[in-house]
Amino acid sequence: MTDKVRLDRAYLHHLLRQMIRIRRFEAKCVELYQAQKILGFLHLYDGEEAVSVGVIETLGPGDAIVATYREHGQAIARGIGMDRLMAEMLGKQEGCCRGRGGSMHIFDRKSRFYGGNAIVGGGLPLAVGVALADKMAGRNSVTACFFGDGAVDEGEFHESLNLAAIWQLPVLFVCENNLYSMGMALERAEAETDLGRKASSYRIAAASVDGMDIIAVEAAARHAVAQIRAGNGPHFLECRTYRFRAHSMYDAQQYRTREEVETWRKKGPIVRFQSWLRDNGLLQDDDIRQIETEADAEIGAAVAFAEAGTPEPVEELERFVMMTEVPA
Amino acid sequence: MSEAAATLTYREACKQALRDALKADPRTFLMGEDIGRYGGCYAVTKGLLEEFGEERIRDTPLSESAYVGAGIGAAMAGMRPIVEIMTVNFSLLALDQIVNNAATIPHMSGGQFAVPLVIRIATGGGRRVAAQHSHSLEGWYAHIPGLRVLAPATVEDARWMLAAALVDPNPVLIFEHIMLYNVEAPLDPAVTAVDIAHAKIRRAGSGVTLIGYGNGLVKALAAAEQLAGEGVDAEVIDLRVLRPLDTPTILASVVKTRRVVIVDEGWRSGSLSAEIGMRIAEQGFFDLDAPLRRVCGREVPMPYAPHLEDAALPQPADIAAAARSLVRPT
Ligand SMILES: Cc1ncc(C[n+]2csc(CCOP(=O)(O)OP(=O)(O)O)c2C)c(N)n1
Ligand SMILES: [Mg+2]
Repeated sequence: MTDKVRLDRAYLHHLLRQMIRIRRFEAKCVELYQAQKILGFLHLYDGEEAVSVGVIETLGPGDAIVATYREHGQAIARGIGMDRLMAEMLGKQEGCCRGRGGSMHIFDRKSRFYGGNAIVGGGLPLAVGVALADKMAGRNSVTACFFGDGAVDEGEFHESLNLAAIWQLPVLFVCENNLYSMGMALERAEAETDLGRKASSYRIAAASVDGMDIIAVEAAARHAVAQIRAGNGPHFLECRTYRFRAHSMYDAQQYRTREEVETWRKKGPIVRFQSWLRDNGLLQDDDIRQIETEADAEIGAAVAFAEAGTPEPVEELERFVMMTEVPA
Repeated sequence: MSEAAATLTYREACKQALRDALKADPRTFLMGEDIGRYGGCYAVTKGLLEEFGEERIRDTPLSESAYVGAGIGAAMAGMRPIVEIMTVNFSLLALDQIVNNAATIPHMSGGQFAVPLVIRIATGGGRRVAAQHSHSLEGWYAHIPGLRVLAPATVEDARWMLAAALVDPNPVLIFEHIMLYNVEAPLDPAVTAVDIAHAKIRRAGSGVTLIGYGNGLVKALAAAEQLAGEGVDAEVIDLRVLRPLDTPTILASVVKTRRVVIVDEGWRSGSLSAEIGMRIAEQGFFDLDAPLRRVCGREVPMPYAPHLEDAALPQPADIAAAARSLVRPT
C-alpha cells in the first residue's frame, strides 16, 4: 500500500517537532499580543496542529495551499520562515507580505501558499482556480484547501465543490471541523452535521478522521493526495478537531462549557502523540526537551528579526494596489 | 486610394478580440454561463467553442462566485483567463470574489501575487428587461481600488480594449453595454491597438463639454448633433476608463468650454457622475462659467414598460436641454 504511514523514528519526531513549533510559536504570539505588538485579530490554532501538519506533510513542493485566517499552522508546516511570519505580524516590511496582510493574510509565492483568507468560504473558489490552472498547464499538482466547519454554511463551499467535481480538478478539500464557527455550534448551523455526506452528494470521495490523531490525518491525507494525483478528481477530508482557545484571542466562551474544553484538551494532538510515542519506546524526555529548546531558539530568533524589522515608509502605502507587472 | 474600412458590429468586434486573444496566448481561456454550446446569451462567443474546444471555452454552472473566484485563482497560478458574467446584476453574486479577493490580493500579499484576470460584464438598460437585468452598476466597481474598469462605447474599443486588458497585470472589468452589441461602424484598419488609460474626445467643440461612457456616450453624441443645429458647439468626452479616471483630459476640456454636463446611466446618488463632478469642483472650479449639470438614470428600479424605461434613462433631449441651460441660461 502506497499510503501507509512511515513509522520510522526520525519521521515521527519530525511530525512532533512541527506541531510543537506551531504551538510554541503561537504561545509567543499571545505574549506579543498582550504586549500590543501584534494587533487586530489573532486566531490561534491551539489544538488543531495535527491537521495542518498531517496534511501538508503529504504534499510536495509543486503543490499549492489555500488557507483561512487561522493559518499560522499551515504557514509553519509549509516551511515559511518564522522570521518572516513574525515580522508580518509585527507589521514590518520584512514580513512575508510587507506588513500589509498581518496574521490573517499570510501569502508566500515561493511555496505556493495562496493565502490567508479572512472571508469565510472565500478561499474555496480560489483553490478551484489554482487547481484548474495546474490541470490545464499539465502540472501534476494538488491544491490543498483548508477551511472551517463554518465555511460549509456558505454558498461558495457548495459552488466550489460542485465545480471541482464536474471538472475533476485536483483539489483536496480539508475541513477543519472544530465544532464551532465563532459561537455557532455545528449542530445549530447545519441541518446535516455529517459533512462528508455533503461532499458525497457532489460525488466527491469523502473521508472523516480524528483530527487529534496526527497519524490518522497523515494517512488519510496521503491516501487522498495519491488518489488526486492519480487523476481521480477532488477529495474531501473532514478532520474532527477542537480549538482550545477563544475564537480570536478573547471571547466570553458562553457557547461552550469549561468541562467540554477540558475534555478535549486531554485529547490534544501533542499530548496524545507524545504519550503514544513514549508507550512505544520511540520518544524519551530528552527528545522532547531538545525539540522544545530548538523551537524556542528558532522563535527567539524570529522575534529578534521581527523586532529589528523596519516599518515600510508611508510613501509606499499605495504600492501594489495596481501591479506594474506579473511577478515571475 | 485606401480601401474602404470594413464595417463591423460591436458584437462581432468583441468576438474578434476574443478569438485573437485565444489564438495569441495558450494561457487564455474563457469561462462563463452558456458561453459554449448556447453561444453566449448575447451571442458574443458564438462559434468559439467549435473553434477552440471545451478546454478553452468552458461552460460553467450557475455559480458566479465559484467561477469568478476560479478565474482569480487560475490567474494567480499563471493563466490569463477571461470570465464572462451575463449581466451586471448577476455579478453581485460574485462581489465577494471581485472585491475581497481580486482587488485585494496583490496589495495584501505585498506584491507577491498579481491577478491578471479579465471579467467581461454586460450592463445597462434599454432592452425592456426590467429591474433585474438593466442596471448600470459599473460605478460601484469604479469605487474599488485594485480594479481597472473599462467601458468600450465604440466598435474600435470593443475590438481592441481586450488585448490591452490582457496585458495589464491587474484585474480588469470590461462593461459591454447591451444596447451597443448591434451597433455597426467601420473599423479603421490602421488602428490595431488602443490604450486603456485615457479618456478620448470623440467630438471636439468649444461651447460645452458633455462627458459620457458606454451608451451614454452615444446619447451625448446625439445630443451634440441637436445642439450643433442650434449653433451650440459641444465637445464630447468618452470616458472609456472608469477607473482610474483620466482627470487631466476632463480638466483640459473644462478649461476650453467652461461648461460641463455629465451623463451617467447609473443612479445619481453616490454615482460616478458625482465623483467626476467633485473632481471638477476640486480642481477646475475657477475654470467654470456655469454650475455643473448631470443627466443620470432616474432613481427607480428599472421599469419594464417602454415609456417608463425611456423616462428612467438619460435621453439625448435631456442632455441637450441641460447643455442649453448652461449656454443660454434663461
Ligand atoms: C463571510 C464571512 N462571514 C462572517 C465572518 C466572521 N467570522 C470570522 S471567523 C468566523 C467563524 C468561522 O468558523 P469556521 O469556518 O468553523 O472556522 P474556525 O474559526 O472555527 O476555524 C466568522 C463567523 C467572516 N470572516 N466572513
Ligand atoms: Mg469551526
